[in-house]
Amino acid sequence: MRRNPIMEIPLPATDTLDVLNQHHRQRMRRRGLLAILAVACLAALALDAATGPSGMSPWRIVTGLFRPDLLTPGEAAIVWQIRLPYALTAVLVGAALALSGAEMQTVLNNPLASPFTLGVSAAAAFGASLAIVLGLGLPFLPQDAVVALNAFIFAFGSVLLLQAMARARRGGVQSIVLFGIALVFAFNALTALVQFIASQEALQQLVFWTMGSLSRSSWRSVAAMALVLAAAGPFSWAAARALTALRLGEDRAASAGVDVGRLRFLSLLRASLLSAAAVAFVGVVGFIGLVGPHIARLLVGEDHRLYLPASVLSGALLMSLASALSKSLVPGALLPVGVVTAVIGVPAFLILIFRSGARG
Amino acid sequence: MNLTVEALTVRYGDRTILRDLSLQPLHAGHVTSLVGPNGAGKSTLLRAVAGLLPATGQVRLGDGVLSGLSVAERARHVAYMPQTLPQDVALTVLETVIAALEASPSPAGAQRAEQRALAALERVGAQDLALKRLDRLSGGQRQIAGLAQAIVREPRVLLLDEPTSALDLRHQLEVFRLAQAYARDNAAIVVIVLHDLQAAARVSDHVVVLAQGRVRAEGAPQATITPLTLADVWQVRARVEPCQQGQIQVMVDDVL
Repeated sequence: MRRNPIMEIPLPATDTLDVLNQHHRQRMRRRGLLAILAVACLAALALDAATGPSGMSPWRIVTGLFRPDLLTPGEAAIVWQIRLPYALTAVLVGAALALSGAEMQTVLNNPLASPFTLGVSAAAAFGASLAIVLGLGLPFLPQDAVVALNAFIFAFGSVLLLQAMARARRGGVQSIVLFGIALVFAFNALTALVQFIASQEALQQLVFWTMGSLSRSSWRSVAAMALVLAAAGPFSWAAARALTALRLGEDRAASAGVDVGRLRFLSLLRASLLSAAAVAFVGVVGFIGLVGPHIARLLVGEDHRLYLPASVLSGALLMSLASALSKSLVPGALLPVGVVTAVIGVPAFLILIFRSGARG
Repeated sequence: MNLTVEALTVRYGDRTILRDLSLQPLHAGHVTSLVGPNGAGKSTLLRAVAGLLPATGQVRLGDGVLSGLSVAERARHVAYMPQTLPQDVALTVLETVIAALEASPSPAGAQRAEQRALAALERVGAQDLALKRLDRLSGGQRQIAGLAQAIVREPRVLLLDEPTSALDLRHQLEVFRLAQAYARDNAAIVVIVLHDLQAAARVSDHVVVLAQGRVRAEGAPQATITPLTLADVWQVRARVEPCQQGQIQVMVDDVL
């Protein structure tokens, strides 16, 4: 019989090797789930690319992806200039929003934190509205790019405000979240004001921003999103262990050697880049950045070496499915993808609130 | 190896929590209890020694100055276990201990980290909790898991902030014995914040009585936990008497 080293009393027999084996089996299972998520993402990407009002059969589109020479020039244009950039943008935007949300939730220690709930999306929409209504222009840049740039500037600005709060942080991390909610209301009100004075024509464009839409996707947006993800992703990965430790609490993490202030600053910086870029290209797409990380947490737990990749894949999968759905819900019509994610996301959000309420 | 605290001052905004506080050297292998009324600055002192608060003054471990080290460097020598318990963490107990070990770069590989984490859990008698989710545990179990997170790096200075506040009698005793064994076996300096004076007398070699950010008494338990200190610091009328087995008993009769 083994003995407890502290008290001379018998312990329930728990074999060290057995515990380690179970731990390893659990990790293998979670890696398996990651692989399944990745395959599901690829399938959703194909489904999304094959869905649409062109009259081309899904099979013909999938064939066209591998054998472009078999397509007519018109079909090739649909596949290569519309479907593929749309579908890839959806995947990349979903990935960026979910990674952003996952980092925000960890460093702000709040399961309801996301680019959408903290006002980053609302700020971007306001920035875009301003650019559209005021007809802002820059030399050598198309109007579209100026709008995206202004959306980015405002999104980034809102995160800098959040950062400033995080640094002052008298009321603790919770106050940052409340401040974010205040930002949502403030920017929504400002956007409404801009809409009120906007011309009919500008109003049409504004709708694109406030509802979120993939309809402006192009290879340019694919390249830009891929670039931002490639720039932020490795740093997120490098911070994964420190982020996991932060889940034990700020003091515990600091005592274990994590520079919490620095980690929080850099993490929010990455999150802002990712979400601002995403919103700059597709407008306000809610709930992906909130729900993606929650799905990941349910599937693989919060070891961030698994949780961050799982968030990325969950977000990409959700956004890809929402995009396919937005094209097929109403025959012949392309719904704004932000509307679809909201319809799916609001119930999910409410479930999260009730769950956390029941536990808290 | 001694831990020395000299002229430590901690301010929150315009409030001074600790003023020019110095302690007698704390010895390796000894357990020191930090006691005092609410708001005395016990947790602040512990967090300042752990380097979690900006403070002026000097904290030295042996010949080295701790107060000048970076967060990561200090983590090699000092571990601090806060009073608060983590909530809603989707990690198993074993994963939390590994996370505490791997939070900052260390030479140990993954295999080694897992085994060290398990050894720490075994040491606190919580091996059977290893694969349980932290957020499904009771407060006391989470506190014990927290203790494993604190000792897994085998720090030379172990700072425990009310480590037994959520524990039943038996587990309190277990934690006290663990603290004593840890100090002895690792030649470590263990400092525990406690409210229970009888427990403080029982577990520690050295007691520091703190009130309003100042040291009011320090030394052996018999010399510091006295009716006089209790009246002076806690404003209670109390008797302090040895029991039949020689243990100090604190009996509080009334408020003053």
